[in-house]
Amino acid sequence: MSKRIDGNRLKDKMFHWFGIGCTIFGLVMLAIFLGSVLIEGLPRIDWQFFSSLPSRKPENAGILIPLLGTIWIMVLTSLVAIPLGVASGIYLEEYGKKSRIATIIEINITNLAGVPSIIYGLLALEVFVRILGLGKSLMAGSLTLALLILPIIIVATREALKAVPKTIREASYALGATKWQTTWFQVLPASSGGIVTGVILAISRAIGETAPLIVIGAMLYTTTVPTSPMDDFAILPIQIFNWLSRPQHGFIVNATAAIVVLLAITFILNGIAIYLRNRWQKKVKW
Amino acid sequence: MRSKEKIIEGILLLCAAVSILTTIGILWVLISESSVFFLNVPLSDFLFDTQWTPLFAEKHFGILPLVSGTILTSFIAIVVALPIGLAIAVYLNEYAPKGFRKFIKPILEVLAAIPTVVYGYFALMVITPFLQQIFPQMAGFNALSPGIVMGIMIIPMISSLSEDALYAVPKSLREASYGIGATRFQTSFKVLIPAASSGIIVSVILAISRAVGETMIVAIAAGQQPRLTFNPFVPVETITTYIVQVSLGDVVQGSLEYQTIFAAGIALFLMTFVLNNISFYIKRKFEEKYE
Repeated sequence: MSKRIDGNRLKDKMFHWFGIGCTIFGLVMLAIFLGSVLIEGLPRIDWQFFSSLPSRKPENAGILIPLLGTIWIMVLTSLVAIPLGVASGIYLEEYGKKSRIATIIEINITNLAGVPSIIYGLLALEVFVRILGLGKSLMAGSLTLALLILPIIIVATREALKAVPKTIREASYALGATKWQTTWFQVLPASSGGIVTGVILAISRAIGETAPLIVIGAMLYTTTVPTSPMDDFAILPIQIFNWLSRPQHGFIVNATAAIVVLLAITFILNGIAIYLRNRWQKKVKW
Repeated sequence: MRSKEKIIEGILLLCAAVSILTTIGILWVLISESSVFFLNVPLSDFLFDTQWTPLFAEKHFGILPLVSGTILTSFIAIVVALPIGLAIAVYLNEYAPKGFRKFIKPILEVLAAIPTVVYGYFALMVITPFLQQIFPQMAGFNALSPGIVMGIMIIPMISSLSEDALYAVPKSLREASYGIGATRFQTSFKVLIPAASSGIIVSVILAISRAVGETMIVAIAAGQQPRLTFNPFVPVETITTYIVQVSLGDVVQGSLEYQTIFAAGIALFLMTFVLNNISFYIKRKFEEKYE
């Protein structure tokens, strides 16, 4: 009897250590990843790297064009995805609630969230690049990414709206406000923290996406700085992919340095999102 | 006032309908382009031919090598992610001190925020050279290394969804188990995990679906050689990698080669669609049970 109890205690202890081991494994992997990138990439980063055009010599090449492309994509994607996503979220949470069409849209969004990103690339190749004639432009890329992150923004908006207590809506109605006035002046401001957090996370996801933009044919070797939404473009992830597929060691170093820049942007966006979420959760006490 | 309200509701509905248009668009594009493909290539060739060589002079259109590459890399990813992710979930849920849990969770989430092209770099430049020291016969491009890295990428997905499922198990079950003298290990594996099994299965299926659709890691580190094999040491090609490979080249739009990416796309879409819907189905049943 006591032997069995000892055995059970031993199993318990062993799993305790196994659990710690697995958690540490995750952390160590993260540390190795980040460490190896920083050691190899950081020394390469200087002003020349930020301000140079592509070049056949790795030491002359820079990320000016893909960095600007990423910023363009970030802005254009936001302009399309934020209004669409927030409006959809408002409709589903505040207006449509139990209607048939709302249910269909809801099931549909859950399904879209699970579609691999490269499939969005195929959709965009046919619809944006060919039928709408946008070509391989910034606009085509931004529309693609906007569709891709729409489900994330919609879900985040709904969660944020759900968190606003009914009493706020009822108080507004009692004062004679219409549904839209209630939504616009009361519910949206009250839920803004959650919505902004979701939007930033979605944007950070968008700027790391590579596959759908490769499919629409985003130029690997653009040599001009993009100045309008209809221009060809490159973005950081595609530049990284391009450099990684070259044999010369110098380009691998460039790819590593570009990864440091991309990770920095991603982590800054995620950091802002987490900060806003914490502040919002602390401030709002219903 | 009234009509203004109606107009606003209409605009909001239109915005929400964009997601429906997206789905219709995806289905239409995949079906219309691949139907032309299937007029030229018999479905039986597509499903049963064991070679995929649309870009060569002697063309074969058997999707099996791409499917096997996709299954192989996803399988390796799950073999890595499932035990580690589940162990982390159980550990954080039953064993870890609260403060540690609060501290560790956001750090693990960072793994999920890293762009996949960066993971591709890790697979190619860090994991493959490391594995080659252990397995000298391993090729520079292989299924093992991107599979492992994909596994590391989906650990947070499995651990956080599984932990939510474990956390949702009614407290009474846990207390009853401790009440009759069970250890944390027994409580976790004989009470909590069976009770949370549907939630855990959902997390695993979603993780598999994510791995099946993952593109950049395999495109960078698995190679681009379609090959019907389950040998993890040789180069393989996944469905997603093939689409990338064609997109990078100069394939004439409207040609048979061009249509192959939509045929491959439809195979990929179907695989993830089935996986996702199995998970929705399980999730719905699970929710009914507890409410």
